[in-house]
Amino acid sequence: MTVSTAGTIRAAPQAPRSVPRRRLLEDERWLAFVLLVPTMVLLCLFIAYPFARGIILSVTDSRVGVPGTFVGAANFERIWNDGIFRQAVYNTFVYTGVTTVFKLGIGLWLALLLNRHFKGKAIVRAFILLPFIIPTVLSTFAWKWMFDPTFSVINWGLFQLGLIKRSINWLGDPDLAMFSIMVVNVWRGVPFFAISLLAGLQTISPELNEAAAIDGARPWQRFWHITWPLLLPVTMVVVLFSIIQTFADFQIVYVMTGGGPANATHLFATYAYQIGVGTGLLSQGAAISLAMFPILFLVVIVQLLYIRRVETR
Amino acid sequence: MAQVVLSQINKFYDGAVHAVKDVNLDIRDREFMVFVGPSGCGKTTTLRMIAGLEEISSGDIRIGTQRVNDLAPMDRDIAMVFQNYALYPHMSVFDNMAFGLKMRKFEKDEIRKRVQDAAEILGIQDLLKRKPRQLSGGQRQRVALGRAIVRHPQVFLFDEPLSNLDAKLRVQMRVELKKLHQRLGTTAIYVTHDQVEAMTLGDRVVVMKDGLVQQVGEPLELYNAPATRFVAGFIGSPAMNFAAVTVTERDGGLRLVNEGLDIAAPPHAADRLRACLGREVTLGIRPEDLRIATAADPADFAFDALVEVVEKLGSEILLDLKVGRGAMVAAVEPTVRAVYGDRLRIALNPDRLHFFDAQTDATI
Amino acid sequence: MIEGAAWRRWVYFRLPLGFLVLWLLFPFYWMLITAVRPDGELYRPWNATNYTPFWTTNPTWAHVEYLFEETIFGTWMWNTMVIALASTAISLVCGVLAGYALSRLKFPFAGSLGTGIFITYLVPQTLLFIPLAEIIRNYRLGDTPWALILTYPTFLIPFCTWLMMGYFKAIPKELEECARIDGAARWQAMLYIVIPVALPGILSAGIFAFTLSWNEFIYALVFLSSPEQKTVPVGVVSELIRGDVFFWGPLMAGALLGSIPVAIVYSFFVEHYVAGLTGSVKG
Repeated sequence: MTVSTAGTIRAAPQAPRSVPRRRLLEDERWLAFVLLVPTMVLLCLFIAYPFARGIILSVTDSRVGVPGTFVGAANFERIWNDGIFRQAVYNTFVYTGVTTVFKLGIGLWLALLLNRHFKGKAIVRAFILLPFIIPTVLSTFAWKWMFDPTFSVINWGLFQLGLIKRSINWLGDPDLAMFSIMVVNVWRGVPFFAISLLAGLQTISPELNEAAAIDGARPWQRFWHITWPLLLPVTMVVVLFSIIQTFADFQIVYVMTGGGPANATHLFATYAYQIGVGTGLLSQGAAISLAMFPILFLVVIVQLLYIRRVETR
Repeated sequence: MAQVVLSQINKFYDGAVHAVKDVNLDIRDREFMVFVGPSGCGKTTTLRMIAGLEEISSGDIRIGTQRVNDLAPMDRDIAMVFQNYALYPHMSVFDNMAFGLKMRKFEKDEIRKRVQDAAEILGIQDLLKRKPRQLSGGQRQRVALGRAIVRHPQVFLFDEPLSNLDAKLRVQMRVELKKLHQRLGTTAIYVTHDQVEAMTLGDRVVVMKDGLVQQVGEPLELYNAPATRFVAGFIGSPAMNFAAVTVTERDGGLRLVNEGLDIAAPPHAADRLRACLGREVTLGIRPEDLRIATAADPADFAFDALVEVVEKLGSEILLDLKVGRGAMVAAVEPTVRAVYGDRLRIALNPDRLHFFDAQTDATI
Repeated sequence: MIEGAAWRRWVYFRLPLGFLVLWLLFPFYWMLITAVRPDGELYRPWNATNYTPFWTTNPTWAHVEYLFEETIFGTWMWNTMVIALASTAISLVCGVLAGYALSRLKFPFAGSLGTGIFITYLVPQTLLFIPLAEIIRNYRLGDTPWALILTYPTFLIPFCTWLMMGYFKAIPKELEECARIDGAARWQAMLYIVIPVALPGILSAGIFAFTLSWNEFIYALVFLSSPEQKTVPVGVVSELIRGDVFFWGPLMAGALLGSIPVAIVYSFFVEHYVAGLTGSVKG
């Protein structure tokens, strides 16, 4: 194809243009301001402001319908001396720690399994995300039904396998109850870990593993020396996200046990709900919620520092 | 009148990096002006300042009679063709070309007419309904050109538009661009790092290095009378040969001497070289101005060389020579028989010798 | 790559994968089977001899009927859908604009604002719900869908913003520059060029936001009180349990039906959902 020679186009002489006024939105700074205003307004109104009110609440002695007076750190002192609160703190740490380890382990395993090619891979991948997609409250009810001491299908299964003779009181025994909620949490979180880690695995060139295999490395060695280090950035982000979510978890415990039996499964969030909303002691409830903050703050700082370090490398 | 005038243009990045230094340029109406230079020399930055995509740190730019420093790109009446074509991937070819006109609220009939005309000029009227991803590199380039043409702007800006095309297509498009400019006559400013494009396309060429303008002139002017050593070495392929020689006097005449060379100073440069007596200067001679010496060539303008590599191009032969401790390249006729290790006598054309100051690199 | 004999493939791959998938999907099957199992069968103790967990011989619609007749499940579904769509819409608009500003414009404090939005992750809903309840009451939004439509974006916007930033960064700036030279103002270039090209990202963010908002519980629990206003998770929890008595049949039916909209939306856009999930983690 060549340039044809039919006719010409010449810039038409322009009528003298009046100098356009300095367009305000052409300035990057003004445009950025306008674009960010809706977000900043919403976040300030419904996060920053309540956060500040929460702090004020926690240093007064408000109750529902009764505005409070300043009491300094009295609420924090009180909850610190509250055995149940201490139990809740302990529970939350155990809950978060154990479930994260298992979510990472099983999620990683699942990601490695999915990283191969097999028929129906896309369908399997789509289905395994369901625990993460379906509203937690609803799927937790299914688990509660499965764990119900009288009607549990799990008990039935174990009985059929000859492993038990009497009913296991999954939700009535303090230790078993903790076990049960951990199972549900892990069940819900594994897909998130698996899919994220799978995406990370897919960025690792298969040639690296192949070269190592030729060099004589066994599967475990290949994983430890090649796959794991390259996966670390994604792993860190996913783990830190998950820790924050699990630490502040509410739905699973609320549905499964309500915090019992005997406060064995109370977490920060459920105890705050019980005190603040259940008994109307707003200030104490706020104090319990806020007690989460230092830990979350630490975790986010770690995350930010890690991301910064990875980015500048 | 669509001339572009740059006065004392400077660009600073982050206050410290001085990317463009005191550029003054007068681009005439209907002229095809090429900016050429190595990466980082400031040519693209200057182009982007003309376009309004970069803030001007100091100085003025006028397009036509209008000072455009404070005008947004959309108000400068210019069109730009990018290296990566920058076609809107979600729009058809027609919509790509019509976008600018739509933004300026042209009538639908006028838009259709203009797009049709431009498409015919470029030979892409059959592609109007396709999306960019369905086009080849050359076709995309034409669409990018078409998008610029429909606006009938005062000035065309080109940012290395041919760099992404394969070699053969590049040569073809070069010719077509030249024909397009002859036909449309719009003022054009073209940035490239390829000196062949500069020489073949430009009415005038600006050579830049490290933010400074080295020389402005017509292509042959730059070739025959380079203002600095950089321009001499940048324009022309294979590049000019340089040698450091000392200016001495012998038997009443000036001579240029180093380990491998002992030649007379050419008459046209004798006066200028006299002022450098006793000092070192840089001598320059293009490969095409060297040939195998015959008995008829004067000894004053010849030297000995050792052949290291013979490059047979078909249309000519390049001899990589060792001269004293330095190296030179000679471009000779394809009939020359030479092999590695031959000792040859090389003659040069005295009228084609260039001299540069050893410190400032300016032409003497 | 698992080299070697076929038995290795079974032991190291097919069986483990099979068990994991089974474990992940069984509760949904359990939901389904319970929802159609008649009460008589449902309430058999686990060690009764005629316990048939995995199938039922008399499937029944009774529980679903109960759900729609004895409770206002339909209203809850409607509420949840409206709230999810509205908050997703708000979050997308805010997130797309904010993501564009943070990734493609230069302005002072850009870095700090970006970090600031990230930091809102520090304050999960379970930390804010008590003071926020009071604020909602003061603004007289209590017990209305607006209490949720305005508060859900607080955890949806940061996510949408990060996701969109990733997608926007991948769009070459020449596209915008060309549009601006062609005659578009900055905002027109954003609207007509950059945003259409980033449509897959917007879709991903929207799907993810939709599922997140359907999943929210504590704000809905605390801010809504009358049954007509409740969302599906809250309604199911509060109206299908009388004291200590759980109506498991209708409960499971409610859980199943409540999951369906999200599952359907997800099934149409799996690739986008996965892209959204992995994009947020990587970017």
